[in-house]
Amino acid sequence: MSVLPYLVAGWICVIGLYGIVTSRDLIHLALCLTVTQSSTYVLLLAVGYVQGGGPPIFKGVELGTTAVDPVVQSLTLTDIVVSVTVLALILALALDVHSEIETMDPDRIVELQG
Amino acid sequence: MSWMLPLPVVLPLLAAAVNAALDHVTPRWAHDSVTVAGLASSFVFSILIMVDSMSGEPLHWFSGWTPRGGVAIGIGFAVDPLGAGMAVLASGLALAAVLYSLTYIETESRNYDILIGAFGGAMCGFALTGDLFNMFVWFELMGVAAYALAGFKVSELGNLQGGINMAVTNTVGAYFILIGVALLYARTGALNLAQIGRTLAGQHAGGVEIVALTLILVGFLVKAAIVPFHFWLADAHAVAPAPVCLLFSGVMVELGLFGAARVYWTIFDAPFGAHQIAIRNVLIVFGLVTAFVGAVMAFLQSHLKRLLAYSTISHAGMMLAGVGLLDSKSLGGVATLVLSHGLLKGGLFLACGVLLAQFKQIDELRLFGKGRALPVLGVLFGLGAVGLIGLPYVGSYVGHAGIDEGATLAHLTWVSPLLMLAAGISSAAILRAGARVFLGWGPSHDWLLSQQPPEDPPERDARVPLMVAITGVVIVLGLVVSIVPGLSQRAEYGAERFRDRAGYAERVLHGKPMKTKVLPYAIQPTTGESVVYGIGAGLVTLLFAAFGLWRNRLSDAWRTSAGRVAGPPLAVLKEVHSGVIGDYVMWITLGTALLGGVWALTLR
Repeated sequence: MSVLPYLVAGWICVIGLYGIVTSRDLIHLALCLTVTQSSTYVLLLAVGYVQGGGPPIFKGVELGTTAVDPVVQSLTLTDIVVSVTVLALILALALDVHSEIETMDPDRIVELQG
Repeated sequence: MSWMLPLPVVLPLLAAAVNAALDHVTPRWAHDSVTVAGLASSFVFSILIMVDSMSGEPLHWFSGWTPRGGVAIGIGFAVDPLGAGMAVLASGLALAAVLYSLTYIETESRNYDILIGAFGGAMCGFALTGDLFNMFVWFELMGVAAYALAGFKVSELGNLQGGINMAVTNTVGAYFILIGVALLYARTGALNLAQIGRTLAGQHAGGVEIVALTLILVGFLVKAAIVPFHFWLADAHAVAPAPVCLLFSGVMVELGLFGAARVYWTIFDAPFGAHQIAIRNVLIVFGLVTAFVGAVMAFLQSHLKRLLAYSTISHAGMMLAGVGLLDSKSLGGVATLVLSHGLLKGGLFLACGVLLAQFKQIDELRLFGKGRALPVLGVLFGLGAVGLIGLPYVGSYVGHAGIDEGATLAHLTWVSPLLMLAAGISSAAILRAGARVFLGWGPSHDWLLSQQPPEDPPERDARVPLMVAITGVVIVLGLVVSIVPGLSQRAEYGAERFRDRAGYAERVLHGKPMKTKVLPYAIQPTTGESVVYGIGAGLVTLLFAAFGLWRNRLSDAWRTSAGRVAGPPLAVLKEVHSGVIGDYVMWITLGTALLGGVWALTLR
């Protein structure tokens, strides 16, 4: 198994974090969070990939057929569901910010500090 | 009685689902009763499970997928005394929060009830589960409910800031955990905690394990508000309603530490057991830095809930130092510290809610002397602050004593006086604020303290007597933790079980019964050192509280030289807590790099 998908996962995670750190817009920030999250998909699928493996559907297939790992796929699905909830919540909060102060800049919402 | 295990989780979630389904149909009293019933039954079942767990390790494999030949196939709950104790604390505090909110929260009370139900159920699930990915799912569920509760009153910008900062930082932490979980799965092909630990025990630990350890621990330490991952906590606590702060400070933060401790002793103790010292030193240093940053920042606040929030950070640091000693004595101490701190700090937050409801203010300086009208609340507030100091046999004392003993056993005797100093400073901040608010002592202006925007009070006249009564019950329970006969022996036994990786794996994977112990019902005897440290913390508290109140009576020369020495570092410290989400995530990234870097060098 090649090391490339792991490098890709690491790269996606880091650029997502870079985007969050430097973001000037809450929608952009939420999307960067999603970018970081997609690194977990790549990683999970890479972990479960089997060279030459088919889809993990075993109806009408001979015993012992090589298939990719179905567990990581269900983990990925769970991850998607959980993260969509978070994303929806952050976007809703961002909309509320916009209706309060007509901007999405995370630096402008700072009321509490120190 | 394995059928009981899912109930503390299922019942509050069911209550939340019923309330969501009957939207616009049922009146307020109906959805309140459903939530109270759900959480109360969760509390009762958690207690039964905790009693059961003292004499065995209750297991529940969902849909009957029991392990075959020592290999876990399904997802299971595996309950030990400390896990069950966390579930008791979570469901009990959630129940107190809902009862308090009956008159405190008015608008959107149904959504509030739904969120608290989901939050309570998720926290219990997190405490009871024996599966790593299942832990992640409960962690995220409690996270989502918590973000929504933090930003509950969306009409104010500060609330949105607190909610967004909490959501983004904690979500980044959760993704770190997930990456770590994926790496462990890649390495072992297992998700059950016992199974992963057993598989790793037979392998040589390499870079993958170090990365997994770093990322999973960072994810949990974000939730546990350990410096430099702590920034979200003060923002979220400042804006969340008081009963929500009770849950955040009282149990959610501690569950972060619980998660870190759980994965360490079920999984990473196996590959890194030979490098305990490297792990111990790092955790203790992070814990002590957190204890001091939290204590000093608490001392610089005038917004009462933000002050208490920083004091929670300080206590989380003390708890991490206790966990980091990697010893049963100190871990048992941490367990009782979690209990007493959760009740006392939670009670203090509830007292802040009463102040907000009564005087429409939450700022120490704006509330100056107004608290004289509420003497009972003032006494409770003072007792709460005193209980957190660790005076002999008051409140958090047995917790501190356990950590002291662990430090002595590990020949790290310098840890205890530092913890004493941090506990003193953070309690002094609370006591100073209480003296200003309830006694009107000291000046009514203080340039040292950070000013925050005011918080919107509850909409209508909340029933103050009911709220004071609940506050009183919570604080008094917190005060007596140190004199409950048999409690600390049971906590220590629970800690021994918690640290017994091989025994845990045997029990979970092979169903072998645990070795049980007969434990006495006695008050823990104490060492002279712990008494000295307890009294020392009391003196530090008095000293700093007096300094906070009557600083201006010192001579000018004293004050200018003190200001010259302490001023710049304090200004930098305040500056760092910038409230900007980008900065927070940068700190998380840097902290992760630091932690991972140190371990990459030392865990070899």
